[in-house]
Amino acid sequence: MIVANQKPVKEILEMLPENSKLLVVGCDTCVTVCLAGGEKEVKVLCSTLKMVEKKFKEVNGTSIERQCDKEFLNEVAPLVQEADIIISMACGAGVQMMSDYYSGKVVVPALNTLFMGSNEGAGYWIERCLGCGDCILNITGGICPRTRCSKGLLNGPCGGSQDGKCEVDPENLECGWNLIYNRLSELGKLDIMSEIRPPQDWSKSHDGGPRRVIREDVKVE
Amino acid sequence: MSEKTKSKLEKLFAKGEFVVTAELGPPKSIDMGVLDKKIEALKGVIDAANVTDNQTAIVRISSIGTGLYAKNAGIDPIIQMTCRDRNRLAIQADLLGAYLNGIQNVVCLTGDHQTFGNHPGAKSVYDIDSVQLIRIVKDMRDKGIFQCGDEIKNSKKAEILPPKFFIGGASNPFVEPFNWRVVRLEKKVNAGVDFIQTQCIYDMDRFSEFMKEVVDRGLHEKVKILAGVTPIKSVGMAKYMKNNVAGVIVPDKIINRVEKAEDAKAEGIKICVEQIQQFKETKGVAGVHIMAIEWEQVVKDIVEAAGLYPRPKGEK
Repeated sequence: MIVANQKPVKEILEMLPENSKLLVVGCDTCVTVCLAGGEKEVKVLCSTLKMVEKKFKEVNGTSIERQCDKEFLNEVAPLVQEADIIISMACGAGVQMMSDYYSGKVVVPALNTLFMGSNEGAGYWIERCLGCGDCILNITGGICPRTRCSKGLLNGPCGGSQDGKCEVDPENLECGWNLIYNRLSELGKLDIMSEIRPPQDWSKSHDGGPRRVIREDVKVE
Repeated sequence: MSEKTKSKLEKLFAKGEFVVTAELGPPKSIDMGVLDKKIEALKGVIDAANVTDNQTAIVRISSIGTGLYAKNAGIDPIIQMTCRDRNRLAIQADLLGAYLNGIQNVVCLTGDHQTFGNHPGAKSVYDIDSVQLIRIVKDMRDKGIFQCGDEIKNSKKAEILPPKFFIGGASNPFVEPFNWRVVRLEKKVNAGVDFIQTQCIYDMDRFSEFMKEVVDRGLHEKVKILAGVTPIKSVGMAKYMKNNVAGVIVPDKIINRVEKAEDAKAEGIKICVEQIQQFKETKGVAGVHIMAIEWEQVVKDIVEAAGLYPRPKGEK
């Protein structure tokens, strides 16, 4: 899922002119699961906005299935019409879709979108995928070195790995290459690590405008 | 083995000399007084000096700029090149520029993470890693090609003029997973590294184990290994290294020795000299890399006491 967290209220307030009519819109998909921008968080943010010193004419809240999908955006049209400012609690993709769809309205982000990752336990999410466009998980024991190694090395681990931890945060951060080493050990495939991995083709990554997927086979004339 | 480069270092290794290198950290400003002192302390005492590349991710004069300055002052520079600040275009361009100006040696490193330095908000590059960088420099030298495969020449009919660098790398025998360290060294050897400088060594037992494995795999015949040492100045420093520097193991017996000594500095130097004596007897060790950080004036004492002074002349 896409993991995000909420911006500090102070930062959100700075985006909102006094006496404006606000509409907070949540998203029921990824950001609901990571407890950042779902129905519940919409309610909390609305209550906060009603309590702060800065006064707003109106504060409404709602949530839709997926803000990154046009199909669901129209259902909030009546509420949007009434509002001056839309506060999107979706990920960056959702905020942008909302902004495109209601291009006459000011749409502001309530979240900082962080990464594609997983939930590791109560209140703990971790990045798992960079979306680099060139997956090599088959040779790294299902652990992504570009994401899990602080330097994104393909021929790691570097000299900063100690007791299985990364020197960048030795208390809390596991060395990605140590994880890969242990996994490949377990799989009896350590010899893979001896092979020199060539430089990555970063042209497949985010390196030249937004990447696009065009599927001729599913295009509709 | 025919010589691959015009590097003095390569010649010394080829002659079987026990090579001595040191570290020369560039200053933060163009006030060169401090560097001049370091150069004065190292000149004639060592065979070549590593000029660090934004070490610990703190901005300093570039390794190539400082390397040229040192060269003019009579020190053979080994420029360090990290993957943190430059992509493959910038690295190859800088290497050509360095070679144009007579720099013969390069050490290929991944680079300290930017969060350790004075620009923690910087975007790191890591387009390539140290193993890939070694391969790139080797291909530039031996195949006359850039990473993309293009030949290093100005036009179709022009001559290929490859930068002929003597290629170095680093190895840390003291980090997890230990079993992996020699394999990673072998990977660098396979990528084309000519010499290796190790992380500073205090745990001689572990280093011996590492070297035994190196010799068992025959790697010492393919790569020249310089054992890294850092003389200890004080108990505080020894404890700091033990507890705060990732990838350094300081055994308690070393700390105890410095603690009990009347003169901690002298004891630190003595330990260092004893280590070098041991390295001279260790199969597969081809020299020593002395990292006397901000304490360059003791390098001469160490080299002398270790019986490595005067240094051989490298005929050009």
